[in-house]
Amino acid sequence: MTETPLLAVESLSVAMDGVPVLEDVSFSIAPGETLGLVGESGCGKSVTALSIMRLLPDPPGRITDGRILFDGVDMMSLDLPALRAIRGDRIGMIFQEPMTSLNPVFTIGDQIGESLIVHRGLGGAAARAETTRLLDLVGIPAARNQLNRYPHELSGGQRQRVMIAIALACRPRLLIADEPTTALDVTVQAQILDLIGRLRLEFGMAVLLITHDLGVVAEFCDRVAVMYAGRLVEEAPSARLFAGPRHRYTEALLHTMPAANPPGRKLPSISGAVPAPADRGAGCIFAPRCGFALPRCATELPPLEAPPHRLRCWNPAA
Amino acid sequence: MTATAIMPPRRLIARTLGTPGALAGSIILVVLVFGAIFAPLISPYDPNATRVCPRLAAPSLDYVFGCDLFGRDIFSRILHGSRLSLAVGLLTVAISLIAGTLIGMVIAFLGGRVDRIGVRLLDVMLGFPAIVLAILIVAVLGVGAFNAALAVGISGIPRIARVVRSATLTLVGREFVDSARAVGASQARILRRHLLPNLMPIVIVLGSLDLGTAILSTATLSFLGLGAQPPQAEWGAMLSAGREFMRYAPWTMIFPGLALFLAVMSVNLVGDRLSHILDPRASKHD
Repeated sequence: MTETPLLAVESLSVAMDGVPVLEDVSFSIAPGETLGLVGESGCGKSVTALSIMRLLPDPPGRITDGRILFDGVDMMSLDLPALRAIRGDRIGMIFQEPMTSLNPVFTIGDQIGESLIVHRGLGGAAARAETTRLLDLVGIPAARNQLNRYPHELSGGQRQRVMIAIALACRPRLLIADEPTTALDVTVQAQILDLIGRLRLEFGMAVLLITHDLGVVAEFCDRVAVMYAGRLVEEAPSARLFAGPRHRYTEALLHTMPAANPPGRKLPSISGAVPAPADRGAGCIFAPRCGFALPRCATELPPLEAPPHRLRCWNPAA
Repeated sequence: MTATAIMPPRRLIARTLGTPGALAGSIILVVLVFGAIFAPLISPYDPNATRVCPRLAAPSLDYVFGCDLFGRDIFSRILHGSRLSLAVGLLTVAISLIAGTLIGMVIAFLGGRVDRIGVRLLDVMLGFPAIVLAILIVAVLGVGAFNAALAVGISGIPRIARVVRSATLTLVGREFVDSARAVGASQARILRRHLLPNLMPIVIVLGSLDLGTAILSTATLSFLGLGAQPPQAEWGAMLSAGREFMRYAPWTMIFPGLALFLAVMSVNLVGDRLSHILDPRASKHD
């Protein structure tokens, strides 16, 4: 992490209808690097992704604090035209639901061509040629014949490939993939991840992979950031984090993975539930569910330690 | 499949004609439109020439629908009247559809305060009975067929805008709108390329269902003396002129009334079928 980061999120805080949902989240991604952002549903992963793109619907969402630096430019200071120039051109985004992320009334050729027309000003023929090439690239065979097909004629995996083609049309430097494989079959998941990984190397782009699947992260990411209830609790290089998680939440999470447990035994779970955004206490948010909580955990918020293994815990695992 | 799956026009037409009611409606509609277009060629007499036949003459082989008080041939007048009635109906629907769709789409897309204020204003307009609002507008703009169309068209805006707004709200929440934003598309582009095409099935259905009401409403205004003015041949005006002789020359009312009835019914039959095909909530089977 010596070079200047491509994306730096600095103490980002977001509130929904005045209730804080994201507090003091910081992380950075170097050019060409892959960062996995993991956490359970509702912990603020998608809000983080939308905030980076400045796509958070406002109201109700509002960025209350922090900076988002993309390539040295503060995304918070940009006006709408400047943001639009970045979206789709230098930052591509893939959404979770390939079923609903495509416009049902347009052919996939039209939709892939859209960002080429918006950002590159390509005309019809040039856009079509480039679109054909993109479809080849994402592994939709006989691309030329596929351009005129409508989204409902494609399978889920194919649609996600189309989404990837759309996101990569302008060769972005950063790809934000928000749970790109969650809605897909396991075999298709692997194919899509392979594809993203291959294109990442080919284009030399950085990837922010948002997921709740720890297995995907272990396989795919250079570094992992773990979120819990709107806060970043631990961040480290993947190998290091999976070999020795230090935050008690990460530790507990890894213990619940089927692969970490002998077959035939009941899987362990983390007792309790994630507190709602409105009733998060003053201390460590995980303290009420933590087996290693100290008295101070409930009252004092642990600071985030410095890299390479950042964590927020008063009583970390050794 | 998806709520607004694409359907090629040929298939849409084939499916529209798939039920007896819609088929009958379509045939009547085609005959009416044909009659309107070729009225000058078909009609046996000049619609405005008086004393071409005996006053209030009963229907006969020479004057199939009979004659009115001024000795004008009712059949010729109905043919020519259909031009005005259908054109005014279409114009009316065009006004409410275009304005209503734009308003509904934009307030839903912009959301927030714009939406709240917009909906309140639409509610206020909806609280007014449409025909009273139309009379009010005609009172301001003056009588005449065009003003009647404008008046009925304006009074139909809030209803269309409400429906389009709620349809847009469900679309705005769909992920493809987010992904269009993520690609860097402008607001105008999202409205034009992503929302409007997805709203078209609903707009078409609204328009086809409204056309019948529009024809009837403009005829009502003419009946009240606020629309087409004499000697213009118009169904509502003809009904109005005939009502004094209803007892001894009923054909002065029966035939214009019948024409109005057939036009509205055929439009509604076709519109109903269209809404059945294009509305995702209607049953999937034919």
